[in-house]
Amino acid sequence: MPKEIRREEVRKLVAAGAQLVEVLPSPEYEEDHLPGAIHLPLRRLDTEARTILDPNRPVIVYCWDTT
Amino acid sequence: MSPRAAWRLESLGFSDVSDYVDGKVDWMAAGLPTEGTNAQHPRAGDVARRDVPTCGLTEKLGDVKARAQAQGWDAAVVVNDERVVFGLLRSKELGGDPQQLIEKAMRPGPSTYRPYVLLHEMLHTMVDHKLVNAPITTSDGRLVGLLVQADVAAALEKEK
Repeated sequence: MPKEIRREEVRKLVAAGAQLVEVLPSPEYEEDHLPGAIHLPLRRLDTEARTILDPNRPVIVYCWDTT
Repeated sequence: MSPRAAWRLESLGFSDVSDYVDGKVDWMAAGLPTEGTNAQHPRAGDVARRDVPTCGLTEKLGDVKARAQAQGWDAAVVVNDERVVFGLLRSKELGGDPQQLIEKAMRPGPSTYRPYVLLHEMLHTMVDHKLVNAPITTSDGRLVGLLVQADVAAALEKEK
């Protein structure tokens, strides 16, 4: 079950080597994304997740907000 | 969107997946850095004056006015011990009865804006609402600084 985490936990996990993934569409990623975030839109997860992401490292996903 | 992505990644075999539920809005509202095309443009949090005088609800207006003026200000932000914004004192409020308590003198519940708002958006808002200044806060209401309309205009002019 995915864990729900907050900002400080994000910073700790990223510092420890977690992969940070923005799942929003391209324009939103290009305008602003968290430092070092990988862009993998939700619609491309099925086809690209296994090639872009390392399944042996923690992954943090985020979008715009809770909605 | 991110909850669906997190669950889908798990189903694809990723065993350690977390969802930053508050997302990019939360990150930016905290004034943390971002990358991307907008990161090159100044935002409200970059220009807001962090040295704005602050005061508490139980102080007297005359004391706060004297303190603000000594620092070259005609405004002050009313906050609690956690720097959560309760009110605003612009020049009009500061000109009131010096014996009045801040709680009675302040303009309560002012509109606040987040640090990530781009300056050209802030200028439009401030002009439309006739705001000479506006408090910039984090998403949990803590004061970042006071954004002065003249500073916004000057920063945008400099960027041209």
